[in-house]
Amino acid sequence: MRTLLPLAVVIPFLAAALLLAAPQSWERRGFDAFAVAAAGIVVVISSVLLADSTRGPMVYWFGGWVPEDGVALGLAFVAEPIALTLVVLAAFLVAGSLVYSWHFFDTSGNLFHVLMLVFLGAIAGFCLTGDLFSLFVFFELMSVAAFSLAGYKVEEEGSLQGALNFAVTNSIGAFLILSGIALVYGRTGALNLAQIGESLAEAPVDGLVITAFVFLIAGLFVKAAIVPFHFWLPDTYAAAPTPVCVLFAGIFNGLGLYAIARVYWTMFDGVLGAELVTLRAIMVGAGAVTAILGAFMCWPQRHIKRLLAFSTVSHVGMYLMGVGLFSPPALAGAIIYLMTDGLVKGSLFLCAGILLHRLSSVDELGCDGKGRSIPYTGALFLLGGLGLAGLPPFGTFVGRALIGEEAARLGWPWLTYVMVAASVLTAAPVLRAGARVFWGWGPGADYDQRSEAEGDEEEPETTEARGTTPSLMWLSAAALLGASLAAGLVPDLSVRLEPAAELFLDRRAYADLVLRGVTPDEVPLPPGAPLTEGAVTGVIAALAAAVAAGMGLWHSKLPASIRGGISRSLGPAFRGVRALHSGHVGDYVAWLTAGVAVLGGLMAATLR
Amino acid sequence: MTFLPFAIAAWLFAVGLYGIVTSRHLIHLVICLSVVQSSTYVLLLAIGYRTGAGAPIFAETPVGAPVVDPVVQALTLTDSVVAATVTALLLALAVQVHKKAGTFDPDELDILQG
Amino acid sequence: MSFTSRRNLFFAGVLGFAALFLWGLRGLPDFGRYEGVYGLTLNKVGVAQTHATNLVAAVAFDYRGFDTLGEEFILFAAVVGVAILLRAHRDEAATDDAKEKEDEGRSVPHTSDAVRVLGLGLIGPTVLLGLYVVVHGHLTPGGGFSGGVVLATAALLVYLAGEYVALRRVSPESLTELAESAGAGSYAVIGVFGLLAGQAFLTNVLPLGTTGHLNSSGTILLINLAVGVEVAGGFSFILAEFLEQTLLVRERV
Repeated sequence: MRTLLPLAVVIPFLAAALLLAAPQSWERRGFDAFAVAAAGIVVVISSVLLADSTRGPMVYWFGGWVPEDGVALGLAFVAEPIALTLVVLAAFLVAGSLVYSWHFFDTSGNLFHVLMLVFLGAIAGFCLTGDLFSLFVFFELMSVAAFSLAGYKVEEEGSLQGALNFAVTNSIGAFLILSGIALVYGRTGALNLAQIGESLAEAPVDGLVITAFVFLIAGLFVKAAIVPFHFWLPDTYAAAPTPVCVLFAGIFNGLGLYAIARVYWTMFDGVLGAELVTLRAIMVGAGAVTAILGAFMCWPQRHIKRLLAFSTVSHVGMYLMGVGLFSPPALAGAIIYLMTDGLVKGSLFLCAGILLHRLSSVDELGCDGKGRSIPYTGALFLLGGLGLAGLPPFGTFVGRALIGEEAARLGWPWLTYVMVAASVLTAAPVLRAGARVFWGWGPGADYDQRSEAEGDEEEPETTEARGTTPSLMWLSAAALLGASLAAGLVPDLSVRLEPAAELFLDRRAYADLVLRGVTPDEVPLPPGAPLTEGAVTGVIAALAAAVAAGMGLWHSKLPASIRGGISRSLGPAFRGVRALHSGHVGDYVAWLTAGVAVLGGLMAATLR
Repeated sequence: MTFLPFAIAAWLFAVGLYGIVTSRHLIHLVICLSVVQSSTYVLLLAIGYRTGAGAPIFAETPVGAPVVDPVVQALTLTDSVVAATVTALLLALAVQVHKKAGTFDPDELDILQG
Repeated sequence: MSFTSRRNLFFAGVLGFAALFLWGLRGLPDFGRYEGVYGLTLNKVGVAQTHATNLVAAVAFDYRGFDTLGEEFILFAAVVGVAILLRAHRDEAATDDAKEKEDEGRSVPHTSDAVRVLGLGLIGPTVLLGLYVVVHGHLTPGGGFSGGVVLATAALLVYLAGEYVALRRVSPESLTELAESAGAGSYAVIGVFGLLAGQAFLTNVLPLGTTGHLNSSGTILLINLAVGVEVAGGFSFILAEFLEQTLLVRERV
């Protein structure tokens, strides 16, 4: 069992290296099969490890260098349920995208598969590591693989610019993280998360601790795409190849939030724990702003992938609200939400990919009614929209309900309303676009607040069989959506991650486990409570989204006074916010710098 | 005076960011990014330095003699070589953007809006 | 945003950023007085435990070997990324026509004889130096990363002394890709040795030999070789790809 742990990283890496050396004479199907097999093996390994870790987490020291007297000499992997859940999710998404791109997706050789496997290995390393610099290394590796995958469509200008914006902003995020690591190392003389936590807890808060914390959080906010570090996301996700978008929307951003939780709970809880209420306020505030802004920008989009990208921004804000409440049920809820929502969004992106394959366009207005020829894809798309809204039995309602309940318990009852509003406002444009494209609903004329980004210029990603939908494409989309549905049907899902979350938040238990090999006491599974309120909220949200979608479709039938009122009040806001998303990398970096300054100022003022 | 190396690290980071924000040429922008990266190296190496100590190479030096911190040296060594390839990747992106858009000026790359 | 508003936003931001950074830096121990426990411990026990005299290499390839595996794969991914980004478009065809290049103003400037002779003369010593640095990585400063870069500059000298065609013959794409793949793969395989010996991944299971001798430090020596091969292959590949971009006129067909 112990040997399986490093294999979760080593197998994708070895497979990637072998695949690069494979002679070009190998058939395309050979590359596909090899890559899918490697991803599949990782799914199996991580699932086995996940099942095992619920009995008790395991620490694995590389090179045989075990710690002496609380000083870690080598690097550790910590196999605990939450990390392994994310690894299973990542492997599943990679396998799904590789199946989707089977044979038809234009990959010109094996380089695409190589990078996808490296990406998977990096995610596994990122989730499992117990060392701060390893976290940074795997962060970098994930990012570099992502940059190349994002810019894969070299014939498309938008794709390249998106990749460039992505690369520049995320590299700066990485440098911020490294600066934070340097500061922490200067203070503690350690790179092991547990050891740093013990060392920092011995001294009071001062400028260095706050600055290091701000830099680490800001760098991870860039990755997670929290406002105002989010500008790169819509540019990149709109133009990246579809299988890559699945990974991006499914797990990439969520990993930034996972790292924030890990960084805080292993290292900074001892020294910053007294100010938990303030930290909560800052994090939840950032999450709320992101959720609202993302939802706001969703509405005017006509480019379906850009629409989905903004919905990703909005939902990441909601995950942050869960993580930022700094409590076990909220963390469990955030992970569940992240997982189930990621699967739904992955499926939606795959549907958009099928649209691109059949109709050569992802423009909502341009494809008006043309999607009638692909009704099954339409069904998946619309179901996915309902899943975004949190309709039971999609697992999304469980995650959102957990976060909302915990927020109410901690004195933030309005959080649920914000989350529901954001869910409705992100699901409604999806339903609107789906109904328009696949059913031909809505008149041709449309309101004039639309975004300039049109979906007609997307280059097709496939070269053959444009007249039919390859079954593997549809099946992979259905599989992702089905998995989210199945997750929601798991009995007592809401409490299954609770023991793992309790352990996640316990700094002392983590340190004892890692540095002294003390296995923590098993936390019993609490009794499951039926989430009826959450389920009802989910149904209401889905209905509200449908109504809003209808309003969007039959906009011209609303009385002129209402229409005028809406465009007078919201019009300038839309124009203003849209103008900020200019596509100019200098703008994005300016906002990033300002964001770091604001975050730093807030924390410096409140945490001392 | 002893604060100077740390201040230089902060200065390099800020100056690199300024270069990126005001850049009119993508190649210049990518190089500014590597200036920001070099600030992190300066910071790491400055942190690990010990006055009067030698390099952590024990070929001639006996074990136990004062040497600087080997960990930051190892981190910087591997990272700087790897960073060169990442810069190459960014430059490749810039070259392709130029081929498509005909310009290296970020102000003129306005295809991603709204 | 207009240039002025962007710049003003940035100035406001960077003032806060710099203030924060400097405030944080003040908390560091004085420059030159670092006493971190990790570094101190390794300084004491590193040579005895790994039989390597270059402690930096011991840290990079043994104590923190898994990190370095990740870094090596960053290099791997970046090189593959360059290959993906600079590959010929579907709608491009390469032509080597010298006349066309001249018309485009892209002809290679004539290399002087001095450069040619010097370049040719330096190729041998550079390769030798590179190999020396790679192989002695566990004894003296250097190692796979630095040595690999030196080896790649030998490829650059081939281009300077001759032509792009000569470079391509010396380091064809298939060879550099193979070097990439072999280097990265070998590092992972060396790690598996540890698993096969019933120990943790990347444990130094080979005989450690006598400190100070060339054949010592177990897997550190092998890992250095693997990394050297990969870095040399990777950088040569990047070099050749970028040169191809500019020297071969590609026409949109």
